[in-house]
Amino acid sequence: MTESTSSAAAKQIQAAGVSIKDLRKSYGANEVLKGIDLEVAPGEVVCLIGPSGSGKSTLLRCVNLLEKPNVGTIHVGGFESTDPDVDIDKMRRKVGMVFQQFNLFPHLSALQNCTIAQTKVLKRSQADASDVARKNLARVGLDHLADRFPDQLSGGQQQRVAIARALSMDPELMLFDEPTSALDPETVGDVLAVMRNLAKEGMTMLVVTHEMGFAREVADRVVFMDGGVVVEEGAAEQVVSAPTQPRTKEFLRRVLDPTHIDIAE
Amino acid sequence: MAMTVRQRARVSRSVQYGLLALAVVLFILFADWASIGKAFFNWDSAVKQFPEIITLALKNTLIYTALSFVVGLSGGLLLALMKLSSVAVWRWIATLYIEFFRGVPALLVFIAFGFGIPTAFGVRFDIYVTVMLALGMVAAAYIAETLRAGLQAVPKGQLEAARSLGMPHWRAMVSIVIPQAFKIVLPPLTNEVILLTKDSSLVYLLGLAASQYELTKFGRDGITQPNAGLTPLVIAGACYLIITVPLGILARRFESRTAKTKG
Ligand SMILES: Nc1ncnc2c1ncn2[C@@H]1O[C@H](COP(=O)(O)OP(=O)(O)O)[C@@H](O)[C@H]1O
Ligand SMILES: [Mg+2]
Repeated sequence: MTESTSSAAAKQIQAAGVSIKDLRKSYGANEVLKGIDLEVAPGEVVCLIGPSGSGKSTLLRCVNLLEKPNVGTIHVGGFESTDPDVDIDKMRRKVGMVFQQFNLFPHLSALQNCTIAQTKVLKRSQADASDVARKNLARVGLDHLADRFPDQLSGGQQQRVAIARALSMDPELMLFDEPTSALDPETVGDVLAVMRNLAKEGMTMLVVTHEMGFAREVADRVVFMDGGVVVEEGAAEQVVSAPTQPRTKEFLRRVLDPTHIDIAE
Repeated sequence: MAMTVRQRARVSRSVQYGLLALAVVLFILFADWASIGKAFFNWDSAVKQFPEIITLALKNTLIYTALSFVVGLSGGLLLALMKLSSVAVWRWIATLYIEFFRGVPALLVFIAFGFGIPTAFGVRFDIYVTVMLALGMVAAAYIAETLRAGLQAVPKGQLEAARSLGMPHWRAMVSIVIPQAFKIVLPPLTNEVILLTKDSSLVYLLGLAASQYELTKFGRDGITQPNAGLTPLVIAGACYLIITVPLGILARRFESRTAKTKG
């Protein structure tokens, strides 16, 4: 994949912002999110970091309503997604989601993975959908593998197809939940490169990651969560290199220590 | 001298083969082959079964099976989706249905559809419709449980990924979850077809016109002919095997394929 082809294929991104106020979420008696406030400006890249079980995935999943918040409001683009009358499916078209486990559709080729929602949801013609899909597969450097099925692709390739699939819906916001945590180390770089390009093109991105190098280089802001609250947030460089809170320091010391084995959930 | 484990296993196996061979030899020596032949393998009687046993009886068995499978599959899918519904009433209805039709003999359902319901409601079903409903509704109960297991075996992330792309629930089910579930349940579903093929013999209860005979009825009719012996039933049985053995092989093929993609 070369930088020039990927940015040439990109079109103007219309980016949406996110505004989260006093978000609370419980599973039974277990309060997982304890009042989260978070603003993401259009075009901004925010990395969410924090120990396993701190509620990062839950927060991300609340933004596109895979989980239903108990309290609080979330605005995404022009939608108040916590409004009970909101058209969830319409809201979700604006929000791309990339999962740790890729979740590609195994019975469809890479191309079909990228076209199915276009034709069924956006009612694009098969030809138009294929054009868009190929453009986005080129954007992630995989147009030559369009006819492969997921089980014929490496983990890193699958994750890049998953990104292309989300991009094919022309989202205004992208959510990434530990997109590289399930990957072999040698394929992590390709996925991060795709995300870096996307950030450059002006996409709003909310990224849960343990890749501190990526966070420091690409993120505009880093948010550290622990125990269902935001403990510290600020400019990427500041939070990662000069954290002020003891819990942030402790977490970063463990993540950045090369001899420490982080057990991903 | 004590035997090793391997030696002991070999001796044990030889003894088993020996006993089996002895039984076969005794049977061959002492069986009354003349009367066995007359009863089961009468050439003249066999020839008389053809070609109708294929062009009529086998064909009708296939038609009855196919018709009831269509009803069983669509009904089963509907019931499986009801069983997984978030609306409790649907779940109750589906459970009730499944428990009922799995719990009563298919024969009773046939009698109900063949005689009970027509008398009670003053309706008259075509024979094909009766078979379709009676056999199909029983099949639906079994297939529903198979499909439910298949739907639940599709990872939750598939539905979430589809919903995240803006697909409504039903669309995500139709385009993403159900196709994958079908792949998973292909082997057990093939076994359902085998069971259905055999259960289609129950139509004999309904009183068939000659053109509606299927394999079992055709065979039973055949043995009433003078000197036919039981040969017509043997041929009918062989015809069932022509259908069911390839289906069994197919099911095993599907099974090993799913096992491979999983591993
Ligand atoms: N569907 C669920 N049901 C019950 N508890 C859950 C569910 N999802 C997450 N949790 C709990 O919520 C907490 C936060 O989980 P999660 O958001 O996945 O954390 P993170 O992504 O930061 O590791 C954990 O304690 C987890 O056990
Ligand atoms: Mg998580």
